[in-house]
Amino acid sequence: MIDKKDVEYAAGLAHLKLDEEEKEKYTEQIGEILDYVDKLSELDTDDVVPTAYTVPMKNVLRKDEVKKSLPREKSLANAPDEKDGQFRAPKIMSD
Amino acid sequence: MTTKYETVIGLEVHVQLNTDSKIFCGCSTEFGKEPNENTCPVCLGLPGTLPVLNKKVVDYAIMAGLALNCDIAEYSKFDRKNYFYPDLPKAYQISQFDLPIAENGEIEIETEAGLFNIGVTRVHLEEDAGKLIHEGSIDKSKGSLVDYNRTGVPLIEIVSEPDMRTPAQAKAYLTELKMIMEYLDISDCNMEEGSLRCDANVSLRPVGQEEFGIKAELKNMNSFSAVEKGLEYEVKRQQELLDEGKKVVQETRTWDESLNKTISMRGKEEAHDYRYFPEPDLVPLEIDAAWKEEMGKEIPELPREKYKRFISELGLPEYDAGVLTGDKDLAVFFEEVLSDYDDPKNLSNWMMGEFLRLLNENGQAPFESGVSPINLAKMLKMIDQDIISGKIAKKVFEKMYNSGSDPETIVEEEGLKQISDEDELENIVDGIIADNPDAVEDVQNGKDRAIGFLVGQVMKETRGKANPGLVNQMLRDKLMD
Repeated sequence: MIDKKDVEYAAGLAHLKLDEEEKEKYTEQIGEILDYVDKLSELDTDDVVPTAYTVPMKNVLRKDEVKKSLPREKSLANAPDEKDGQFRAPKIMSD
Repeated sequence: MTTKYETVIGLEVHVQLNTDSKIFCGCSTEFGKEPNENTCPVCLGLPGTLPVLNKKVVDYAIMAGLALNCDIAEYSKFDRKNYFYPDLPKAYQISQFDLPIAENGEIEIETEAGLFNIGVTRVHLEEDAGKLIHEGSIDKSKGSLVDYNRTGVPLIEIVSEPDMRTPAQAKAYLTELKMIMEYLDISDCNMEEGSLRCDANVSLRPVGQEEFGIKAELKNMNSFSAVEKGLEYEVKRQQELLDEGKKVVQETRTWDESLNKTISMRGKEEAHDYRYFPEPDLVPLEIDAAWKEEMGKEIPELPREKYKRFISELGLPEYDAGVLTGDKDLAVFFEEVLSDYDDPKNLSNWMMGEFLRLLNENGQAPFESGVSPINLAKMLKMIDQDIISGKIAKKVFEKMYNSGSDPETIVEEEGLKQISDEDELENIVDGIIADNPDAVEDVQNGKDRAIGFLVGQVMKETRGKANPGLVNQMLRDKLMD
């Protein structure tokens, strides 16, 4: 089961601002999803190795070779704020 | 430290791997470039990009795992560690959570208190974050500038068991790890440049109590001495709290080198809830026996083994073995000389004396000086064969160091050859006898020390070139019959 507090916590972690109506709605919707997942727990999976990845592929690797990076203007093109070739972020510590 | 409490320390060490390109993209890992020059859509975390794993990163991590006596995972995967911080453009770091590449290792360390085995819980792969420059101090700055060159540089994180009981053990463990990584040649291990970083978990518990006390996490210790000083400070701080009946707060603290104390970082981060989940953009890693074996062959003799062999096989004192194996290049140099020269202790004296002195003075690494192993071997043989005296050899060595010439040429050109010819020395010895009647009388009265004075005078006259043994004999023959 899930309550509104859980939704508020998860939204906080994701930096989402939800209004009261959304909180109610998501509590219900996420609750339904979790109920469904709970149903899966009814299966006996003692002898099943946990699945980490569902696509039957492994070891996709590249050689250690340097490729051209983006020109710096392009890297910074979408920056909301920049200074001296660097991205500028608002202050980190809260007051 | 009183015996009331036992200190418990565990270290988390991040090691930057010295690959050419980043872990998930082809950007260069080169240090010291202009900010954001080494960035691309993948490491900037732009939408629609996909990471592709660098094979060499895996190779290096397997080597590290093997060298730390870990089990290498047959099946390993990557996970997303989610948090918001400006140095992390994707708002998640690709790391490894429940299936790290290596687990269950241990290494041996040595301190003045003896030998200890320190457990290695795990070694996992992850990408480095960017670098923040705060406008002013972190708590008062209005904003921070971000350089993403370091974002995506490959890291291994080596997590120890909480097996260390003193700051000295922690320092020894970190030193041993650094040496192992250097011997493997998989990292530059430069704490000042940040290619080796160390966080520590520290707690105290009453002696005899099994349960761990409340720990503080220490960050920002940027040198080996900072690790030791930071831990010593933290142990004392916690001890004082406990003595006053107060509680240690579980928190992150940063070591402030200028204030010589640890400072609380409370409020820096939100709750530690990283919501790890499997990274869907990367497929799993399967490491079979053949791959493991291949990497095993890349592992050279490690510092501890070399240290023990230098003592047991070469008969070196522990101190010499420690100094020589403490720096990989120094050990390699030493062994290269030994392939042409067979007196390890004599060689060790020269390496630890003149060679290290000049290297330190010039801020150079062993193979950066003018002295090659083969030339050092030649020079030592010239001493052993009485071609040059030990004293002259110091001059020759310094010239070799600065010019790169071989010792034979230097001795030839500078006329430094030892005079072992009696006829040549006869006049000089006679002259010294004539000039020093007092000393001569002392010798004849049985004061043996006076001989040394006369030998010294002959050495001075010949600018160190006379064979001192021969001069000694000649003086005795002349004065004592």
